[in-house]
Amino acid sequence: MSVDKDTVERIAKLARIRLKEEQKEPLAKELSNILGWVEQLSQLDTEGVPPMTSVVEMRIPLRKDEVSDGGYPDKVTANAPEASHGFYVVPKVVE
Amino acid sequence: MALLKGRSGEWEMVIGLEVHAQVISESKLFSGASTTFGAKPNSQVSLVDAAMPGMLPVLNEQCVRQAIRTGLGLKAKINRTSVFERKNYFYADLPQGYQISQFLHPIVGEGEILLDLPDGETRTVGIERLHLEQDAGKSLHDQHPSKTFVDLNRSGVALMEIVSKPDMRSAEEAGAYLRKLRAILRYLGTCDGNMEEGSMRADVNVSVRRPGEELGTRTETKNVNSIRFVQLAIEHEAARQIEVLEDGGEIAQETRLFDIKTGATRSMRSKEFAHDYRYFPDPDLLPLELDEAWIEEIGATLPELPDEKKARLMQDMGLSAYDAGVLVAEQESADFFEAVAKGRDPKLAANWVTGEFFGYLNKSDVTLSDAPVNAERLGGLIDLIADGTISNRIAKEVFEAMWESGKDAGTIVEEKGLKQISDSGEIEALIDDIIAKSPEQVEQYKAGDNPKVVGWFVGQVMKATQGKANPGVVNQLLKQKLGG
Amino acid sequence: MAALTHLGLAEARDLLDKGEVSSKELTEAHVAAVEAARELNAFITETPEKAVAMAEASDARRSKDEAGPLDGLPLAIKDLYCTEGVLTTAGSHILEGFKPTYESTVTSQLWRDGAVMLGKVNLDEFAMGSSNMTSHYGGVENPWKRAGDNRKLVPGGSSGGSASAVAARIALGATGTDTGGSIRQPASFTGITGLKPTYGRCSRWGIVAFASSLDQAGPMARSVRDCAILLRSMAGHDPKDSTSVDRPVPNYEQALTGDVRGLKIGVPKEYRVDGMSDEIEKLWQQGCDWLTAAGAEVVEVTLPHTHYALPTYYIIAPAEASSNLARYDGVRYGLRIEGEGSLDSMYETTRGEGFGDEVIRRVLIGTYVLSAGYYDAYYNKARQVRSLIAKDFAEAFAEVDAILTPTAPSAAFAMGENMDDPLAMYLNDVFTVPASLAGLPGVSIPAGLSSEGLPLGLQLLGRAFDEETVIRVAGVLEEAAAFDHLPAYVTEG
Ligand SMILES: [Mg+2]
Ligand SMILES: [Zn+2]
Repeated sequence: MSVDKDTVERIAKLARIRLKEEQKEPLAKELSNILGWVEQLSQLDTEGVPPMTSVVEMRIPLRKDEVSDGGYPDKVTANAPEASHGFYVVPKVVE
Repeated sequence: MALLKGRSGEWEMVIGLEVHAQVISESKLFSGASTTFGAKPNSQVSLVDAAMPGMLPVLNEQCVRQAIRTGLGLKAKINRTSVFERKNYFYADLPQGYQISQFLHPIVGEGEILLDLPDGETRTVGIERLHLEQDAGKSLHDQHPSKTFVDLNRSGVALMEIVSKPDMRSAEEAGAYLRKLRAILRYLGTCDGNMEEGSMRADVNVSVRRPGEELGTRTETKNVNSIRFVQLAIEHEAARQIEVLEDGGEIAQETRLFDIKTGATRSMRSKEFAHDYRYFPDPDLLPLELDEAWIEEIGATLPELPDEKKARLMQDMGLSAYDAGVLVAEQESADFFEAVAKGRDPKLAANWVTGEFFGYLNKSDVTLSDAPVNAERLGGLIDLIADGTISNRIAKEVFEAMWESGKDAGTIVEEKGLKQISDSGEIEALIDDIIAKSPEQVEQYKAGDNPKVVGWFVGQVMKATQGKANPGVVNQLLKQKLGG
Repeated sequence: MAALTHLGLAEARDLLDKGEVSSKELTEAHVAAVEAARELNAFITETPEKAVAMAEASDARRSKDEAGPLDGLPLAIKDLYCTEGVLTTAGSHILEGFKPTYESTVTSQLWRDGAVMLGKVNLDEFAMGSSNMTSHYGGVENPWKRAGDNRKLVPGGSSGGSASAVAARIALGATGTDTGGSIRQPASFTGITGLKPTYGRCSRWGIVAFASSLDQAGPMARSVRDCAILLRSMAGHDPKDSTSVDRPVPNYEQALTGDVRGLKIGVPKEYRVDGMSDEIEKLWQQGCDWLTAAGAEVVEVTLPHTHYALPTYYIIAPAEASSNLARYDGVRYGLRIEGEGSLDSMYETTRGEGFGDEVIRRVLIGTYVLSAGYYDAYYNKARQVRSLIAKDFAEAFAEVDAILTPTAPSAAFAMGENMDDPLAMYLNDVFTVPASLAGLPGVSIPAGLSSEGLPLGLQLLGRAFDEETVIRVAGVLEEAAAFDHLPAYVTEG
């Protein structure tokens, strides 16, 4: 799979990463190389092979329904770049 | 089937609903933080809910149980294996940068809901699926001119997304669907159905087509939070689509927003950028495998649901489909009715509950549980009617006094001296007196040219007793005296 | 002073037990060594005051006979573990200033057992790398040098700071994490021992996630015994991690019986990759001979899908990472760059400047392979191949008790080498990645020197949750190899 600059821009937008113009072409090339290399998997016939869900052979653990956490708003916002009145603050979102 | 008339002929609307119902649980789907409504900002947030680095989800057993319970209540297939997946997108109130949801393998598969339509007809709407997922936090846009404030208290609260098949054909049906779904959830105790607080909200999918033709392109109007608004959104959206199509345009498959102020839907600008959610199984969680025994255990604890209750009220208690439907629409009213009807004539009980009682309830601002007349007192009133202590007519007067004073029926009858007079001696003496004073009316009666004159005599007796005379006894004695 | 830092962790423990040294003395010697070794850039955050306070508390506990299994032993913590009140960076600019209000499960267990924290050690950014060169805080120097060559070498990665600190004798042991080889490869590059436990053995709670289905914490130290001691404290069931397995934690040290008679050791033929260097092939053979001499039976096994392990890994790990790293968005912690005023521009500029090149590369690959239309061809295909790889191991382990392979295809390389081509860098993990995909335990022990005088490691892999056999065999191999070479930094200062 060859990745072009437009594709890099599209994926970077999806991933919310602002790329500098000079990063785009090299990334397109690197991504093409890496994707081309991983595509060797297509040589392998995996018809009927179940996809791995987890390497641990156990049931998902279930937690009892109890209030056992929370109640520390100061801790929650302690590392926030911007907080006010207990809220996180971000640039205005337009809907 | 309700067809819409356009300029160029008839159109049919096709409606499907995706309902997000907040699961009743103490703590969140994947964390131990509380789910109660209305707490201080970020006070019900765990490190997991705030997506701190290295935090991991642990599944709440009760939320799984509630989803199974709901699935069983919707007569749906419970999937033995379901998978939690990550739905990846960026938003201020989505701290992980993904919502843990179920995509390819939901916990509940196909089921159905029976709609009770106003004409007494029923109609089946298919359920496509039900899955568990996390709620997002709340963004407040009106606190600051250039900033948005984010509160994560709701972040991670368990939701059931219940997706219908596109089986509805009118706004009324959509309303009936939501009411019925809400009733079932409330009966099950899996969601409080409180749309004002946001614990139930609907995404409305609407398309239109010429009758008999293939499905048209649909739009999705997000997060509509009342049944009335859902119906308005459907009507507006269908009309808008018909106009676009009749003008030769095309419907864009898009997400829209319902504007409460205008009653119209509008395109959501911020969602224009095509989403690509990149779902994949959450590697922090294993597939959810359910034991048959657990599902059976949950099934054994299901309450009687509205449809079954309605059938029982009709079959065993002889109620009409209409009365039974009205009574079972809410768990609370059904419970109230059953308490009133216990050991009494069910039809009389149904008349009083759906008549006077609901009438007063609607006129006043109180809820059923706060009503000044409780089931026991209403039952007491009915007992007084049944044993002849008061007439039906007096009973209405007594009920009004009960509603106003909060006293029981017996006390009011006693205090106001409303006890019915059934003593034939007393009534006989009154009738004799009236007959003696009213030769003209007696003549009319004997001549048989005024059939209403019997009523006049009854009225006179009632007037003399302030309505307390037993009407049966009065009629019988009048016939004897006049005819004899 | 020097003598105290040259002790092994087990020896130091025994001296503490006998009262011949105090934790304060031991810790102060290491604190001084950490300061003296700043040129290695092994530490991102030194916590000397905390270390001394913890040491004093340890000595107090010991005086009351309340010492735990690790009491008083100074350790270095990979800066991927969240430590309460102590800067935690994951080697990334995007976690600028982040001081967790919580302690990871694994480190809290270390402190529960009495260990002392020297500080937080450097790593590849978000553990993505095999050289430690992707760290925002700069590369870490390997204490080893090629004979007659003064160029700085990389310690491997991603646990490069951990490896360098242990090899340079500035920490008795360190925590690492291993996603595709991040404990084993740097252990091999620096002549130390590193153990990646079975997936699910150590809690991932509080460790910054890279690839959730692969990440596993593990110990790095200067002997198999030291790793066994550390693992006992690090391992254990954690209800806060849904992939943590509830099994008893054995006393791993007791697995060091020195007896491998009757054990069957597998040698996978597919690991004889094209272009494998003679000296690595010779070392591998030497390992087989040592085990045969000790009474084990060495047999060839087949792991037919080995060739597909790396591409599989380079789909799965970036895919998971692209999602795991979505939370670094400038809202709740770490770096924020406002951008042009909108929320999206804040996201984009914060992440564009906060992430380094390798992280961006992997997030973009991960985003791409999960995106609409590509999921089945890449991600789902990789999950299928992962099943096949796990099945290969299951079948091999039906025949053998452990598997012996080289740890890495080469010795440590110089800073700047292998740097232009991401793919060439990825090949470093060719021998470690398959067991990671299968979730199996593995250890790397130093087994010999390359012709350039650099350490080379051998890797032993075991059945799931059979760390004990891995440790037992590794102990025998370690004794046979008798690797007692010291890095240039230690011999020359
Ligand atoms: Mg939806
Ligand atoms: Zn949803």
